[in-house]
Amino acid sequence: MERIDIHPTHSYESFKLRLGRPQPFGATIVPGGVNFSIFSSHSTSCSLVLFEKHAKAPLAEIPFPDEFRIGNVYCMVVFDLDYENLEYGYRMDGPNNFQQGQWFDSSKILLDPYAKVIGGRDAWGVIPDWEDIYHHRGRIAFDDFDWGNDRALEIPPEDQIIYEMHVRSFTRHESSGIKENHRGTFAGIRDKIPYLKELGVNAVELMPVYEFDEFENSRPNPQTGETLYNYWGYSTVGFFSPKAGYAATGKFGMQVDELKNLVKELHKNGIEVILDVVFNHTAEGNERGPTISFRGIDNKTYYMMTPEGYYFNFSGCGNTINCNNPIVRNIVLDCLRYWAAEYHIDGFRFDLASILGRDPLGYPLANPPLLESLAFDPILAKCKLIAEAWDAGGLYQVGSFPAYGRWAEWNGKYRDGIRKFLKGDGTVGKIAQCLQGSPDLYAWAGRAPATSINFITAHDGFTLMDLVSYNQKHNEANGENNNDGSNDNDSWNCGWEGATDDVAINALRRRQIKNAIAILLVSQGVPMLLMGDEVGRTQNGNNNTYCHDNELSWLDWDLQTKNAEILEFVKHSVAFRRSHPVLRNPNHFRNQDYVGSGYADITWHGTKAWNVDWSEGNRAIAFLLCGKHAKRGTVEDNYIYVAMNMHWQTQWFEIPGLPPSLQWHVFANTGAVFPSSYLPGTEPVLENQSGLLVGDRSVVILVGK
Amino acid sequence: MDIKLKSVGEIQVVELDGDIDASTAPDVTKFLSELVKPSIRLLLDMTKVPYMSSAGLRTLLSLHRQITNKEGKVVLVGLSEELVDTMSVTGFLDFFIAKPSQEEGLATLA
Repeated sequence: MERIDIHPTHSYESFKLRLGRPQPFGATIVPGGVNFSIFSSHSTSCSLVLFEKHAKAPLAEIPFPDEFRIGNVYCMVVFDLDYENLEYGYRMDGPNNFQQGQWFDSSKILLDPYAKVIGGRDAWGVIPDWEDIYHHRGRIAFDDFDWGNDRALEIPPEDQIIYEMHVRSFTRHESSGIKENHRGTFAGIRDKIPYLKELGVNAVELMPVYEFDEFENSRPNPQTGETLYNYWGYSTVGFFSPKAGYAATGKFGMQVDELKNLVKELHKNGIEVILDVVFNHTAEGNERGPTISFRGIDNKTYYMMTPEGYYFNFSGCGNTINCNNPIVRNIVLDCLRYWAAEYHIDGFRFDLASILGRDPLGYPLANPPLLESLAFDPILAKCKLIAEAWDAGGLYQVGSFPAYGRWAEWNGKYRDGIRKFLKGDGTVGKIAQCLQGSPDLYAWAGRAPATSINFITAHDGFTLMDLVSYNQKHNEANGENNNDGSNDNDSWNCGWEGATDDVAINALRRRQIKNAIAILLVSQGVPMLLMGDEVGRTQNGNNNTYCHDNELSWLDWDLQTKNAEILEFVKHSVAFRRSHPVLRNPNHFRNQDYVGSGYADITWHGTKAWNVDWSEGNRAIAFLLCGKHAKRGTVEDNYIYVAMNMHWQTQWFEIPGLPPSLQWHVFANTGAVFPSSYLPGTEPVLENQSGLLVGDRSVVILVGK
Repeated sequence: MDIKLKSVGEIQVVELDGDIDASTAPDVTKFLSELVKPSIRLLLDMTKVPYMSSAGLRTLLSLHRQITNKEGKVVLVGLSEELVDTMSVTGFLDFFIAKPSQEEGLATLA
């Protein structure tokens, strides 16, 4: 039987209308038309503004009749729209009073916060028409993608190996060798799936892919005149829409299908997709920023405001989203549910997540409703939730982020600890914690080792090559007089600032890179590699390339040949981790033998077996993992011994003995000239089973089998 | 949009001429839906289709579903390089058999 709601009841000019449904918010295709629904608590009137795709002037403006407002929601079905060629926005009127935080301005056309596709920046870097009355234009999305048998992979968190990457930087460089129109896009990542598989990672963490404006705060580079962009995209225009400029098919408005297809293809290859999401601020900036959406719809609801009517700035980016307002909490939840259900996203990394735990006046909440809602949400139940557990307002919650048994953390203390150890600061006590999944931070609260996302480098800060090549940041090209970017890098240039022909320095740098990779991949917790570190990518000492759409940011694929030995070492180390469950325990060590193997799950050693010097200045330490305790003793694994000598002198390490019939084999020795690692399974037997020389600033990994 | 139909033995050959987008997709859908019979062998010649929008691609996928539900088979021929690329990166191509020419398409359906 035909439903009666497929027939219009109202008309306006040539448009046929009907009362819409308030839920879901946004524009939804319904039989015969499109259901438009938008919330605003303080507006006095609202009209739907329709454009033909790319047209300068609106096609029509349809005021919502009074009877189409339910509570604070305007909802209306418009029939017979050519919705593929349609762009829509809203015009709202209401109070405009700065001190009261009301910013209604009926001269602006506003983007729907729930827009599923956004036009206006259809291809990356095309200079927009600054006179345009409506820059970021809502469009209607098809939500009928054919997923076949796909679903989120649900890889156990402790088994993850994350690769943090920027969509455009990954394949934009000519050397990527892919089709020109795929460079720098989702399609480009798809083309390079074989590379990711060969590397062995099983999760990619994409830096922001929600629609942003690369032209936000764009300006000429003072040194070269080249345009500097909002390149990283940590400034969201629309939370439900993929960045059109990241899609080869963005010019056809097909970014939704292209990204979904990328997720599907990555899943087919055993690789999860984690999105870096920025819910702490929006692209509307501070009081002087543009009115794009939220500000003109319900400023006071969406942003944290000072009593004087200014924006709180806990994000360091001009405004702060009012995350623990119930309305805003719901939009965040709707958004994540949408990406989990509609895009099959496996997990989310929350930028400056500590902001999500602040109340509307900025005070940290003991029990933040938003974080709790996300942790217990049925649709997000299997998604990884990862917090960058600090913000720009001084809240630092590594180890204390409100977790509800769900939240993992970017472990900034791991990064700092390992960096200090690598450059020879000693601190063996600290790194012993790092190597075990930071039980000092997490075990007391019953949080698993996989709570700790271990990283030594990330998009913020030096690349691994630069970490061993520079003592200081060199950010002049950013045009901020080298004032931007972190000053606390814990880096060491190995004897010369920047690139050099000095053979010894270069050899040391390569060794240090391998040391870092080796330590990262034998640490309990979840390792995260930064795109390009596997091939020694440099940013010439720039530790904050947020604005560079050029070779400073782009991955040079020729580095695969130039730094083949680093790449091979990384591949081997990843493969080693994947073949040894004892490196990926779901629980913290107990420091005891609970399976009757004669060995505790983990034991610590020094240059003498069973004997560690825990003093501050000591730079040499080793540990032994008992394979019979792998994954709580549920699976059988080999014994693994790791010796780390960050002293400037070679040292003799006495090795703990193995059970009879087993022998130590050498998987890696970063001090060995060639090869410094072996494909797991092909490790040669160690000549002297009782001890070995570990070179200066070197790591040796043995496997007992 | 101009649509021509001919039969080559058991095989229905449809030649489409023009863009397939939201405005022409309903005509294409109507024409092809009427054609779909159990065990149909259908060849769609896209040589004269310069552009297919999102709605156009969905029309094809919907047709593919109808045909496979009726144990039929559809082959696309003459897709431009750009269309192949768009269909490939958005995943639509995975569902179809595409061949360069009518001869090869007919051979696949024979």
